[in-house]
Amino acid sequence: MEDFLNRLKQKVEIREQIKQRDDLYFITIKKEQTELVLRYIKDNEKFKHLSFMQAVDYLDDSKFMLIYMLYSFSRKVSLGVSVFIDRKEAIMTSMHNIWPHLWQYQREIKEMYGIDFPSSPRVNEDFILESWDNMPPMRRDFDTLKYSEETYYQRPGRKTNDPKEYMRKKLYNDFVKTPKLRDDK
Amino acid sequence: MKEISKSKYKNYVADRSKYPLLKDGKPEFDLNSHMFTKIWQGPQHPGVTGNMSLELVINGDEVIDCKTHVGYLHRAFEKLMERRKFMQCFPIVCRICVPEPDTNEYCFSAGIEELAGIDIPEKAKWIRTLNLEMSRVASFLMWIGGQAGSLGMGIIGQWTVTMRDFWLDLFEEMSGGRIYHMYMIPGGVRKDLPEGFELRVKKVIKQTRELLVDIEKSFLNNAITKSRLQGLGFIPPEMVEEYGIVGPTARASGKPFDVRQNNPYLVYDQLVMKMITSDVGDAYARTLVRFAETILSIDLIEQIMHKMPKTGKIQAKIPNVLNWKIPAGQTYIKAESTRGEHGFYIITDGSKYPRRIFVRGASYTHAISVLEKLAVNISISDTAALMVSLHTCPPEIER
Repeated sequence: MEDFLNRLKQKVEIREQIKQRDDLYFITIKKEQTELVLRYIKDNEKFKHLSFMQAVDYLDDSKFMLIYMLYSFSRKVSLGVSVFIDRKEAIMTSMHNIWPHLWQYQREIKEMYGIDFPSSPRVNEDFILESWDNMPPMRRDFDTLKYSEETYYQRPGRKTNDPKEYMRKKLYNDFVKTPKLRDDK
Repeated sequence: MKEISKSKYKNYVADRSKYPLLKDGKPEFDLNSHMFTKIWQGPQHPGVTGNMSLELVINGDEVIDCKTHVGYLHRAFEKLMERRKFMQCFPIVCRICVPEPDTNEYCFSAGIEELAGIDIPEKAKWIRTLNLEMSRVASFLMWIGGQAGSLGMGIIGQWTVTMRDFWLDLFEEMSGGRIYHMYMIPGGVRKDLPEGFELRVKKVIKQTRELLVDIEKSFLNNAITKSRLQGLGFIPPEMVEEYGIVGPTARASGKPFDVRQNNPYLVYDQLVMKMITSDVGDAYARTLVRFAETILSIDLIEQIMHKMPKTGKIQAKIPNVLNWKIPAGQTYIKAESTRGEHGFYIITDGSKYPRRIFVRGASYTHAISVLEKLAVNISISDTAALMVSLHTCPPEIER
């Protein structure tokens, strides 16, 4: 595995390299070299199985991280290839030509994070959220409480209690009056 | 069990000459020509595995185009977990999958332990392995019922679901819960095994083995099963890597990939197990592989009961869970569920909350890319059987 990473370093720039376990490595590469690296790793280094592709929102750094988790059947090692892209220009090259099933991850990421993958098949189709017109919900600045308060309403006739107050006044008082944990005979 | 035989349909290639021409890999059809009908199979349909639906375009009774639609089950687990402390995430993860919640519990707990640098006691590892294998048997039993039901043999489903209930009794005894166990907490397992548990497991194993003999006779050796499943949904070996196919579906196409053996976790390296594969690749081969894996899981349970240490700690010491800060890092933990590679990708940033938790389920590709490809050119009556033969589970798609 170290030989492979050294070979890769001679070809492209690896910004960060982490060995998490004997069978799990992570590397971070440049956005422009993603397609090149993934094609090279798949065709020449036998990382043929794509476990998943996902996005992570780093709101504080104004960046998205995209991770492609690959697996090599011969080496029995997983390799996570990460790429950072700018949060304001959330566009990434589509890799659906490398793995035929990658388009569905890209469709999900477009819907959940708003990262666009031009030319990816069916990327604009609704996946889980039908006719969603708000901010992509998996972004960290999406306010779930505000959304639910605006979208849903309390059913009339229901009484809500503040859990802390309710516990203190009702349950604890009852317990103090009759301090029994269970009905002992 | 008999050796898995080669199918005469191994080199089956669908005849597309009378169907619309393919353009960019997709068939062209004009719904106004009255030659095609669009129908929906699901989300409320006995032939659909869970809450998903298939949008089918049919010509006569043959499927021309298939699209999978999900979104009926989305509970936003991944978003919920971003706003909760690590221990508050723990009761959520098992709810991702109903037939097999324990794989989620294991992946989450193992990921947290790895990032926090916690080693769990030896006995906890054995109990976890036992729990995982028991859940595999329960899930396979449910699947046998589904596969038989999709061919109109509902009675076999009743047998297996009844037997699954006995396994759920064992889970109830072990953890207090029948469906969601919440048993493998970060740091170990919640409770030790109850007294006399081994005897009761043996009793249920004996009953299950008897049932599996009956099922082999009445379902696997059944002429209807063979005629309906042989040649259906043929997956060539080269498609396995391209489409990310894993688990029994990949092994039935001749790809020996089992996480338990390729990357052993817990105590799987101390157990004797054989890789069950077939080189046929159709739905019948998948049925035989899964059936053989059910028997393998039962064998493994017996091995675990025999080799497991009888005494020892079951929990490692963990910090105060309300203020538990886990150092920044990332990991990917995977385990073999009944459907294949099931994994949790966890990123922490040094705070009390996870930065991101992603759940990778085998059905994500099986139920969308693979199913949409395989469903073309089959009879509409076979779509349910095809879907169950891929063992799709919608909660893994929309976590």
